[in-house]
Amino acid sequence: MKKRNLAQRTAFLLIGASAVITFALFALILGYVLIKGMANINWEFLTTYPARMGREGGIFPTIIGTLVLTGVALLIAVPLGVAAAIYLSEYTKGGIGIRIIRFAIESLAGIPSIIYGLFGFAFLVTFLKLGFSVLSGAIALALMVLPIIIRTTEEAIRTVPDDYRQASLALGATRWQTTSRVVLPAALPGVVTAVMLASGRAVGETAAVWLTAGGALKLPFSLHDPTRPMTLHLYYLAAEGLSLERAYATAAVLLVLVLVVYSLAIFFRQKFGMKRR
Amino acid sequence: MQSAKISVQDFSLYYGAFHALKKISLGFPPCSLTALVGPSGCGKSTLLRSLNRMNDLIAGVRVEGRVSLEGSNIYDPDVDVVSLRKKVGMVFQRPNPFPMSIFENIAYGPRVHGEKKRSRLQDIVEQSLKSAALWDEVKDRLDSPALKLSGGQQQRLCIARLLAVEPEVLLMDEPCSALDPIATEKVEELVMDLKKKYTIVVVTHNIAQAARISDYLAFFYLGEMIESGVTRQLLTNPTKHQTEDYLTGRFG
Repeated sequence: MKKRNLAQRTAFLLIGASAVITFALFALILGYVLIKGMANINWEFLTTYPARMGREGGIFPTIIGTLVLTGVALLIAVPLGVAAAIYLSEYTKGGIGIRIIRFAIESLAGIPSIIYGLFGFAFLVTFLKLGFSVLSGAIALALMVLPIIIRTTEEAIRTVPDDYRQASLALGATRWQTTSRVVLPAALPGVVTAVMLASGRAVGETAAVWLTAGGALKLPFSLHDPTRPMTLHLYYLAAEGLSLERAYATAAVLLVLVLVVYSLAIFFRQKFGMKRR
Repeated sequence: MQSAKISVQDFSLYYGAFHALKKISLGFPPCSLTALVGPSGCGKSTLLRSLNRMNDLIAGVRVEGRVSLEGSNIYDPDVDVVSLRKKVGMVFQRPNPFPMSIFENIAYGPRVHGEKKRSRLQDIVEQSLKSAALWDEVKDRLDSPALKLSGGQQQRLCIARLLAVEPEVLLMDEPCSALDPIATEKVEELVMDLKKKYTIVVVTHNIAQAARISDYLAFFYLGEMIESGVTRQLLTNPTKHQTEDYLTGRFG
């Protein structure tokens, strides 16, 4: 009896320790970057242009760059992803063709981001002659987040009880009416979660935009203009030794942005999760 | 029996290799209530779902024979299933109102069939709720969520929702099995009233309920229809011993 108690206590201790260590690591990374970066963040930093290649000045165009790239990427990926998810969950019955498509989508999720960057460079920038631009960067990002959107939306659609579909069809509604009037509205919270998760990913992406978006420090006024998101700027500042303090500051801004987006995603997921019951 | 509103002739159904219904022939007279009874797995729900082609939604289903609605076979290739289901409606075992307001639930049916005018919809909603004996209980909170209603109210809501599309045949798959006795009583009362206007087919596990509400009874066992006839007749003088065994509770 005593031996079992000891074993139990040891197990709980180890499990508890792992949880603490995991959280501690997270807090450490977060804390380190935020502390080193906070010193340099002020209103001026956020609203002025970089000077001397970033050694001085602020990061204003890069904040816009991040927002524009993410925004356009979502505009491409969300309609495409939601439509694919609807098709896969409501309009197919399984079978070899669908399994191949699913495998392709899952594989897309596993491809290293630098390969998206290289593909983007070879195909979008060079072959399609889109050049280094917001469009090239956004398409590369859209491809990266597409699997996330499809997977999450599909899950949300699956969670909608079949009872609703049966009731709708038994009233004489068509498949599409059932999907658009009952299933999708019920799955909407899940779609919102999918979009937020996708934005979190897109905001933090570096390798995919490195060879596609360009890196110019001007504000992008059209889809064909090159741009530099915060992630890329941070990389250059650190890797080329331009300004370590500003690198940390940029990192801090980026981290805060990512944290806010993910927190919102989790908050909405929980809030709507309850409502559906 | 008088001429049937809807009937099955030599109707068989297979789930893949499983022979679920074996050459059933049965008619459902207009403005009456027929109860389908039998032990679990006998095919009564399958038959019910064949009457409005809800079985089409299951993969691997194959049918033989005929189901006639006012003379024409509903399994003809050029039949519009969507308008079939408007005429032949269904209420399920578990009440399944949509996660919308009471009003939106009732208006759903007319809306998908093209009704857009707000005033017409309001009339339809009121009429349907009155026909389902629910109006007085919910008239002040039509915009509140339907899921907040009690089980019995939800089931009556589902019946109202069905009545809103003006069907001719009502199919009910064990409509009271998820309800408490008081709610059951209310639904049974409603159904007895509705059978004056509609042709109703009810699947039920509850012989006492069948005795209470049905005009005609059909007993099923292992995919075959053993016996059918006027309820009182079947209950007092069944001709097949299987029927008698089931009705007296010797198996079930």
